[in-house]
Amino acid sequence: MTASPAVRHSPLESLGDALASAAPSTAGAVALRELPFLAQVDLRCDPSDSSVMRRVEAALGGALGTALPIEPNTVATLGDLAVLWLGPDEWLIVGSPDAEGALEARLREALGDAVGSVVDVSANRTTIEVRGPAARELLAAACSVDLHLRAFGPGRCAQTALARAAVILHQTSDEPCYRILVRPSFATYLARWLLDALDGLEGLDDLETAVRSEGRT
Amino acid sequence: MLLIPCPWCGPRDETEFHYGGQAHVAYPEDPDALDDAAWAEYLFMRDNLRGPFAERWSHSGGCRRWFNAVRDTVSHEMLAVYRMGEPRPEIP
Repeated sequence: MTASPAVRHSPLESLGDALASAAPSTAGAVALRELPFLAQVDLRCDPSDSSVMRRVEAALGGALGTALPIEPNTVATLGDLAVLWLGPDEWLIVGSPDAEGALEARLREALGDAVGSVVDVSANRTTIEVRGPAARELLAAACSVDLHLRAFGPGRCAQTALARAAVILHQTSDEPCYRILVRPSFATYLARWLLDALDGLEGLDDLETAVRSEGRT
Repeated sequence: MLLIPCPWCGPRDETEFHYGGQAHVAYPEDPDALDDAAWAEYLFMRDNLRGPFAERWSHSGGCRRWFNAVRDTVSHEMLAVYRMGEPRPEIP
């Protein structure tokens, strides 16, 4: 049951202006914004059962082997849906706001009586988008996962800790642009941490160098 | 800080993991047949080795899967990781 837009508040609503000020204050090196209310559905099913996989992947709009990534920490993109690998038998499907109801119903029908589960977890996390030439430097300051292009590029995701907060990190483009999915109770902390870290970036003389070298890669 | 290679996610910080004690401690086939001493032996008594030790870890801050690892208790070197249900690999 989705609350009507009039009474629905996103976890970072009150920080919207502060996040929007990141881009001008860093001369475009990093842009921050919240992507509120994205549809999120957690799917679990047996990847060795090809008939279930075929039905579920068809429900997501893909052929067998294209919609549910088997390789750990990778993402399949189908239209406006992103399917994130969370485990060998678990995926998170992220879609546009308010798409969760239809998505859940479609997946539940595809799963049928097979072993597995389809759960609407849209209220579980909000999303912070970090975009810009210095986005990688910003995140790498507080994330132990290697974010270098050779290890982590577009279409990759990771469940890890960012500034000690548990997050799902998803790189959506090589700009680079990242989505950080974080629990609402940690969202304010993490957003404020990112804004604080921007000050650190701005203080560095080599920021422009970093921006230029990003442009080359 | 240990760098622990999760069999699914690859090398990650130790802080993302949860320790699960000695691996390959099988649940007794017929628990009702055990006396208190044997039950306590199963429940509480664990090896305390010097050297390679097979133990369970959970990647609780990541993919949340349990796996087994062989760790040298002297050097903390992770000698091998393997998925649940797989036999312990030979350590040279």
